[in-house]
Amino acid sequence: MLAGVNLTVAPGERVGLSAPSGRGKTTLCRLLAGYDQPDRGTVALDGRPLSAYKGACPVQMIWQHPEGAVDPLIPLGRTLAEGRPAEERLLAALDIAPAWLERYPAELSGGELQRICIARALGPQTCFLLCDEITAMLDPITQAQIWRFLLEETARRRLGLLVVSHSRPLLERVCTRIEHLPAPTR
Amino acid sequence: MEVLLEIQNLSVSFTQYERGLRRRTVWGIRDLSLTIRPGEIVAAVGASGSGKSLLAHGILGLLPYNSHMAGEIRWLGEPLTPRRLKTLRGREIALVPQGVTYLDPLMKVGPQIRHGWRDAAARVRSRDALGRYGLGPETEGRYPFELSGGMARRVLLAAAVFSPPKLVIADEPTPGLDARAAARMMGHFRELAQGGAGVLFITHDLELALTVADRVAVLYGGETVEEAQAEDFAAERLRHPYTKALWRALPGNGFLPLDGTQPPPAGGWTGCRFAPRCPHCRPECKKEEVIPYRPWAGGRVRCLNPEGGEEP
Repeated sequence: MLAGVNLTVAPGERVGLSAPSGRGKTTLCRLLAGYDQPDRGTVALDGRPLSAYKGACPVQMIWQHPEGAVDPLIPLGRTLAEGRPAEERLLAALDIAPAWLERYPAELSGGELQRICIARALGPQTCFLLCDEITAMLDPITQAQIWRFLLEETARRRLGLLVVSHSRPLLERVCTRIEHLPAPTR
Repeated sequence: MEVLLEIQNLSVSFTQYERGLRRRTVWGIRDLSLTIRPGEIVAAVGASGSGKSLLAHGILGLLPYNSHMAGEIRWLGEPLTPRRLKTLRGREIALVPQGVTYLDPLMKVGPQIRHGWRDAAARVRSRDALGRYGLGPETEGRYPFELSGGMARRVLLAAAVFSPPKLVIADEPTPGLDARAAARMMGHFRELAQGGAGVLFITHDLELALTVADRVAVLYGGETVEEAQAEDFAAERLRHPYTKALWRALPGNGFLPLDGTQPPPAGGWTGCRFAPRCPHCRPECKKEEVIPYRPWAGGRVRCLNPEGGEEP
């Protein structure tokens, strides 16, 4: 899938990643978030491997399809509180209505669910966010709302961001630097 | 010019059960009118929950049992009755569905494309259909699980154009495709239109819609708020403030978010659905029972104070 990939993201930096589908963008995000282990090479945060960090992982991933990233059988309030109670300020900034938290995932729209997934990923321990096509299925206004929030929040907390998107205008709008993921050489 | 599909004042409502036996009716679509002519690509654009997928399902008679449809749909000038629809669906009117899960996992690709036809001519046609989308004849012998996501999408397209149809309805066919693959699919729609078919392209992706559509209908909260020519966007000759906000929210044109959210489906409403978010809202916008959807400056608009054009 991937071979010889080198990538560094500094705090406060927003790195865009573009490549055709099947090139391994999502796989790379999974590796960086610690969901999978690479066959060769390392993923390190401040020089230490991710596994050395206790508690919630400081590198959090937000997925393209929020429907697949939440438990369909529990109300969203419990999903949001995974590991820690949700911060009031975040809910307000993301326009998450309190009533949503009593509902189940099937009762909310994709945009509403994505806001909850973003709030969940922004725990106090989070230093880096991996955004894998997180607004590809949203209309332009919802997309702009979510990015306005993410840009403010990441600037405030000096979070590092990796943004995967097929939309060049979006990457140019939100990123400080754009990298192209090369095809693996065999 | 001849009209393929003519939708007039279409409404779709659902009966839901709240606690116990208490029922309520909510509107998914209210007062929607749209026409599609041969050779034309019409995009229906809206956020999730705007009613755009209901439109596809309403035309095709695929709404769930607890729904009720009102208004009129005409096909080539004659009412599109359920009985007539049965003979047209999959032949003259074809669907390119949202997900690759619409393929039957237990059936090989060839027979799925041929919709039960078995003669030699049908086999030639199904191979042609696959070939059009860069798939070899060996694809016919495969099961859906042996296809990649992109191949499965092309198989769905091949199945849709097999008959060949006069109207293709594509319901969010592009999520999950990269830019190049999405552009290729737009090229296929253009080819179908050049061959004389009408295409209804339903999507949340305004940017993509504008690369291919001739006309764009914008949906908001279950209503059509504007119908514009595709070139009206780049020229900012837009009539409804929501359409304008959509255009200006694109990353390439300002990336300006509009505050607030689309209202959810409701049991009924008075006045303009967009009023709470509208920069030009006046008191009468909230009082008028139903805001009429009227011709305006070469398109249509549902707004009491639209921009551009003179009072007709």
